[in-house]
Amino acid sequence: MTTTQNATIGDDTVNALRADGNRPPWMEKPKLITQVLKFLALAISVALVIVPFWSVIATSIADQQTINDSGGGMVMWPSGVTFSAYQAVLSGGVVTRALFISIAITVVGTLLSLAATAGLAYWLSRPGAYGAKPVLMLVLGAVLFSPGLIPTYLVVKGFGLIDSYWSLILPVLINAFNVIVMRAFFQELPQELFESAAIDGAGSATVLFKIVLPLSKAVLAVVGLFYAVAYWNAFFNALLFIQSTEKWPMALVLRAYVVNQTTIGGDQVSTEVLPPQLSLQMAILVIAIVPILVLYPFLQRHFAKGVMIGAVKG
Amino acid sequence: MSSKVNFKPVGKRLPNRRDRRSSSSELLSDETRPSRSRPKMSRDRMLLLFLGLPGALALVLFHYVPLLGNVIAFQDYQPYLGIGESEWVGVSNFAFLWDGNPEFLNALWNTLILTLIQTVLVFPIPLVLALLLNSLAGERLKRLLQSILYLPHFLSWVIVVALFQQMLGNAGMLNTFLVQSDLPIVQIIGVPELFKALITSQVIWKDAGWGTIIFLAAISRIDQEQYEAAAVDGASAWQRMISITLPALKGLFILLLILRLGSSLSVGFEQIILQQGPVGLQASEVLDTWVYNNGIIGGNWGISAAAGLFKGLVGVLLVIGANKLAHVFGERGVYEK
Repeated sequence: MTTTQNATIGDDTVNALRADGNRPPWMEKPKLITQVLKFLALAISVALVIVPFWSVIATSIADQQTINDSGGGMVMWPSGVTFSAYQAVLSGGVVTRALFISIAITVVGTLLSLAATAGLAYWLSRPGAYGAKPVLMLVLGAVLFSPGLIPTYLVVKGFGLIDSYWSLILPVLINAFNVIVMRAFFQELPQELFESAAIDGAGSATVLFKIVLPLSKAVLAVVGLFYAVAYWNAFFNALLFIQSTEKWPMALVLRAYVVNQTTIGGDQVSTEVLPPQLSLQMAILVIAIVPILVLYPFLQRHFAKGVMIGAVKG
Repeated sequence: MSSKVNFKPVGKRLPNRRDRRSSSSELLSDETRPSRSRPKMSRDRMLLLFLGLPGALALVLFHYVPLLGNVIAFQDYQPYLGIGESEWVGVSNFAFLWDGNPEFLNALWNTLILTLIQTVLVFPIPLVLALLLNSLAGERLKRLLQSILYLPHFLSWVIVVALFQQMLGNAGMLNTFLVQSDLPIVQIIGVPELFKALITSQVIWKDAGWGTIIFLAAISRIDQEQYEAAAVDGASAWQRMISITLPALKGLFILLLILRLGSSLSVGFEQIILQQGPVGLQASEVLDTWVYNNGIIGGNWGISAAAGLFKGLVGVLLVIGANKLAHVFGERGVYEK
């Protein structure tokens, strides 16, 4: 090789260069027009995502005067800021209750799902475990065949779960795809660990709690977050199974008061002076989005990994 | 690593720690040990079962029992009689397939149109977006843009629909802006003719960014030296994309297309049921909502279950068919032959 070092740089070097915003030497600088078009396309995509959030937040804290000035519509820049809409919806009433219900279902559901998924995945990941093969087929089959709406409804009804909070957890306790992801992760753990643990006399449970779970924090985080987002967002099951208004989770409250724009009155919120309807609606919307935004940085750190494990091994 | 070591349950052959410690002092108990360690082994097996069973049970009860419950598609199902007592009626519940039931045909038509639009229009957008993101030089900027574009994927449909109403509705941001600029307002939400466009734009908004993740991962695995060699040979950035990046993504693209085909009879139940009210069933009914409106709301259990079963079977057949097609074209598809 008579070439210089520059000409034979490997992927790592290229990545390092690109990380600093530099180009590898062979990559020409793009033309101005290309750069402008690229910038425009990406800027528009990003604006399409950010602007709705911004204007919803802005409207939720806008006072009556600002909303009147905009002709009763959405606000981009509130001149008068007030948090009375949040005070009104969070000081008791329909939204506060729905918020507690949604949080409880998300927390309990995620913990139960995670425990059941990890247990099942661990069972299926141990070589020669009793009964693991047919159960693995069940899990794989569940990915391919979905049972359909009507029979699912009838089964949930048959168990007497209609209008029970458990109807929002038990039917979605196990996501077969998550089991496959977690099992793949458990199988990638170094087998030597299991052997030495066996020599030291550790049973399955000890191995699970002392070795497997501590080494699987990444996949537990991904799967747990996926479950949490699913529980928080669940709308379909709530629509199907929950009948009494006082058991509504956030999704149904959102549908009634924000999507269908049912008037929010003194019966729904406890407040002396009712803030503008639009602010109340936007406050409800923001409250439903905030938990996702709070989880998002954690989600983001892990989800790419989760998606890739599933894509490669699934 | 490569040599497969079979994991033996504890206590079968390997002595455990307590045994080893005691063996020097209590030689007498050696003979009794095997019989003592057998219950421990099975207890360990039981434990493994115990850990896995709740999940397996949930899967059986809420996935496979309903799957079997599809037999009501062949019954005149009456809730007060149950599956055991309801009358068997053969395939007459599937009559909507051949007697030209206008509501079913309308739902099927809307579903297929939406699938077509979404496959042609929505499907390539993540690829374009991924190529754009990938062409950015700065890694940090790229990551920032990614985190913004992924976000909508994690919002529920209720939130997405509400956001769209606030942006495009009659009192939404767009129209507020138009009114302030003394322009006539445009009605978008609740217009039957625009419903499919609205649904499609919501799907793009929610999932186009998320869809890039798998393409970006595939792009990052392409050998950089190919690009270098092409550049040295005088290929422009555009040519490099056409002749290196796109061919490398072909298999993945086909795989995703197959998966999309498999779910082509399911188009956003939550999304559509939330917005059905103002536009009416003619424009908005799809198979999933037909099953819901007919079965859960209307009480026609047998017919709705039949429609659901029909939908599921067609989906499985489509995946198998598309996969065969992929093999014909020399691609791997979802599973190999």
